[in-house]
Amino acid sequence: MSDNILEIRDLYTSFRSETDGSVTNVLNGVSFSVPRGSILGVVGESGSGKSVTMLTVMRLLGKNADVSGNIFFNGQDLLQLSEEEMRKIRGGRISMIFQDPMTALNPVYTVGNQLREMIRLHRPDIKDVNAYAAELLETVGISDGEKRLKQYPHELSGGMRQRVVIAMALSSEPEILIADEPTTALDVTVQAQIIDLIKDLTKKRRMTTILITHDLGVVAGVCDSVVVLYAGRICEKGTAREIFKDPHHQYTKGLIAAVPGAVPGKRLVPIEGTPVNLKAMPKGCAFFPRCTKAMEICRDELPPDRTFSETHSACCWMNELPEGFDPFAKEEEK
Amino acid sequence: MTDRILLRAEHIKKYFPVSTGLFRKKMLKAVDDVSLYLREGETLALVGESGCGKSTLGKTLIHVLTPTEGTLEFDGEPLNKDTLEKHITDMQMIFQDPLSSLNPRMTVYDIIAEPMIVCRTHSGDALEKRVYELMDLVGLRRDMANRYPHEFSGGQCQRIGIARALALDPKLIVCDEPVSALDVSIKAQIINMFDDIQKDTGVSYLFITHDLLTVRYISHRIAVMYLGRIIETADTEELFSNPLHPYTRALLSAISVPDVDAEIHRIPIEGEVPSPMNIPSGCPFRTRCRFAAPECAAAVPELRDMGGGHKAACLRMEEIDR
Repeated sequence: MSDNILEIRDLYTSFRSETDGSVTNVLNGVSFSVPRGSILGVVGESGSGKSVTMLTVMRLLGKNADVSGNIFFNGQDLLQLSEEEMRKIRGGRISMIFQDPMTALNPVYTVGNQLREMIRLHRPDIKDVNAYAAELLETVGISDGEKRLKQYPHELSGGMRQRVVIAMALSSEPEILIADEPTTALDVTVQAQIIDLIKDLTKKRRMTTILITHDLGVVAGVCDSVVVLYAGRICEKGTAREIFKDPHHQYTKGLIAAVPGAVPGKRLVPIEGTPVNLKAMPKGCAFFPRCTKAMEICRDELPPDRTFSETHSACCWMNELPEGFDPFAKEEEK
Repeated sequence: MTDRILLRAEHIKKYFPVSTGLFRKKMLKAVDDVSLYLREGETLALVGESGCGKSTLGKTLIHVLTPTEGTLEFDGEPLNKDTLEKHITDMQMIFQDPLSSLNPRMTVYDIIAEPMIVCRTHSGDALEKRVYELMDLVGLRRDMANRYPHEFSGGQCQRIGIARALALDPKLIVCDEPVSALDVSIKAQIINMFDDIQKDTGVSYLFITHDLLTVRYISHRIAVMYLGRIIETADTEELFSNPLHPYTRALLSAISVPDVDAEIHRIPIEGEVPSPMNIPSGCPFRTRCRFAAPECAAAVPELRDMGGGHKAACLRMEEIDR
């Protein structure tokens, strides 16, 4: 059990509105753990709380956020640390890369300038900063490092910029790399390159990677395990194989069926309706209004978390029905 | 889908002048010598990386941008500055970012009604009836008519944009990345809607996107663009099962299929896309192609028909291994 590098237990995050004092609950009891050396995919629609989970881990939320729960990083609760101690971990032992590489880089400084700043801050032991910076660029597949260090972000292509951002994140030799939609802003071919790079680096540098994405194709390709979020709750978690081959939550099933082109020629099965309004959460299962198999109990009570294997669990009332009993089979017959 | 050709473009070029210094100008060749056709009720997908000129081509084809050279034919008649007004109601466009393509100060009703007021096709009760009909068609509740765009989610905004595009009963809609900004579950809803509308009204789509999984699902034919030129075109399944051009092969190999058992054989592309200001001589892809030979630099390869309407522009496609 101790080989989980990160363990999140019962995480609740809410935001107070500055104007009218109303509270929006964005995370409603999120618990999962990340095995050391693995790639975890966090999947969900916009507004499901994927990014907020990671920002909570990094303690990057504003003053209007209320957080409760535990985040154990190597057994140490990040939420109990002082701001001083947290600064050493943030960007050092846990690094993060963001969706848009252009906004992550400062346009008025050269690539080298920004890389060296990171190295000086997190690796004071390194003497030849320039050589180390060039070496980092080499690791992320940028040849001609010396020349690139003198260039400004606007002189690089989108894929190249994202590589620079990854190089910056790697400069501190982090134990965990959090990648928030790292490929969404990129072209298909470049996307594939960056994903392969992240996969490669995770193995070579013995890092742990948390990949936030809504692209199920990417998840199937690189992730060892998957967490599916909906409205700030985990509906299902398991290994990538368990999630794709044997999904047990109606939302997971819907997400997989909604990807175009999985079965050529067959009409798509979308998830009807729109994502839930976090300010008006249903009492029971948050997915209930959009679920095709919703029952009365789904509206009134939260489904329990059922475990299917050591790694696989899901929260759905459909799993609580007696073996072989399907109330919807009858309806279809009628 | 019928066999009647709705839009035909011959040797379309679109160049933009860019000043490279005082009194010095250079031409940016966004679209270079593109010929294509689109049948009635057909969906043609334009795919390619960003900066390859797909959006420029889309706009040039419906004369939003005036082509530098080449001829357009719409519905059997030439399409140029003089005839544009006559055909303007037949061609519409849907944009990528659903929110920024809607006027934030107009209600949904006004947004959908505007094209019909401007073109004087409907008025009074007929206008009101038509707006509500369109809202029904795209799955918006009638009581939403007086709301403003910011009150809607991304998927709903895209529905408003589609209703507006359909208002004038167009024959052709250019869809520029219409589902790229949407979540997976909503994306499927909108794609199904595009499908239904085409079956009901027989409209043709020119679908511009880089999402190859969506393309495979929605389009009848695909044209692959690289640096302003079409380098391969074929029926969708033919292209996916038998890509001929090395660039198409690399592009298709980069798709991430949502299946844990899918075997990934990525064909890497070396280097970066050259700037459209400095397009390599001969085959535009040769600087990144694994199979490039000296003769590739000599002349721009023609699109050659390899049977069944499958055309590709590569000198060496017979030689390179399958």
